[in-house]
Amino acid sequence: MTHSDNTSNAHWPILFVCWLVVTTSTLGSLFFSEIMQFAPCILCWYQRIFLFPLVFIFATGLFSCDRSVVRYAVPLAAAGWLVALYHNLLYSGIIPEKLQPCTKGVSCTEEYINLFGFFSIPMLSFLSFSAILALLFILNRRFSR
Amino acid sequence: MKKQYLVITSGLFLVFLFVLGGYFYKTQQTKKLGFLAQKQTEIFVRKHSPTLGSDKAKVFLVEFMDPACETCSAFYPFVKKLMADHPGQIKLVLRYAPFHDGADYFVRILEAASKQGKYMETLEIMYQSQPYWASHHNPQPQLVWQFLPRVGLDLEKLKNDMNDPEIDKIIAQDLADAKTLNVMKTPGFFVNGKPLVTFGDRELQQLIESEIAEQYPR
Repeated sequence: MTHSDNTSNAHWPILFVCWLVVTTSTLGSLFFSEIMQFAPCILCWYQRIFLFPLVFIFATGLFSCDRSVVRYAVPLAAAGWLVALYHNLLYSGIIPEKLQPCTKGVSCTEEYINLFGFFSIPMLSFLSFSAILALLFILNRRFSR
Repeated sequence: MKKQYLVITSGLFLVFLFVLGGYFYKTQQTKKLGFLAQKQTEIFVRKHSPTLGSDKAKVFLVEFMDPACETCSAFYPFVKKLMADHPGQIKLVLRYAPFHDGADYFVRILEAASKQGKYMETLEIMYQSQPYWASHHNPQPQLVWQFLPRVGLDLEKLKNDMNDPEIDKIIAQDLADAKTLNVMKTPGFFVNGKPLVTFGDRELQQLIESEIAEQYPR
């Protein structure tokens, strides 16, 4: 499967953007927790679990020009996207607070940052997972052609 | 092979941005706290805050602590040694950051003991006996009581004083100040308003000694 034919060359940049998105998100999330010392809540941890491995999965795919990377990345990205969606619904109050799973430790609805009234940390996570899923969807359609 | 280099280079670049961002953030935080230390000293030292050391000391070591925190306990002899090495120059200010579950119970005991004039003695016996009552898998706060008589405390009076609503206010105020000063972990040290940026005993010693050199020029 690790052939680097001409067709995969055209898709390489998209895969590279995927990798850039997940790496930036990973470092950003580490910046919040390690440098700015925001304690991650439990839902953030679940999103991190699905996000961090993608850095290495995409990097491996990039190095070996392996198109099956899409198949391995989609489940992680989809699971992370779902958790991010749930987190945002909780955060914005669409799902009532009392249903939230994190009663001890850090509250999942505590507001740490809010840029322009829109970019909260859960929203940033949701945007990256959505971007990755969209890019993977494009890649998948191109491959199946 | 060019593509692989692109991945490695961008990876290194992103990590570089991370480190650079971290450096700028910390420098900015230190500046901000230095400003707070000049303008709003009461954030660091409240009237209710217990202190140790000479009133003439020019170096204020503010420690946000939690009686149930192992690292605070481990740092205590080190802080005392630093104070003994620089007699009369350091004043220790204790602030509460009871982040452990149920740690405010021990803050209550301390504050009640202070009414009997036995604050430091009680804190020391608490730190010494901490392994017995604060084990992580099975915390048993009530076990601390068997050690308290050693300090010569009137336990009946202590139990009454513990319920003083004033103590709630003290804890709330200290927690609010800890939040303002971005203290998320204990112990959180400030030397004349300068935060201990990299945590460690050597680092604390260096910070204190540089401040002493500044305040007491030879």
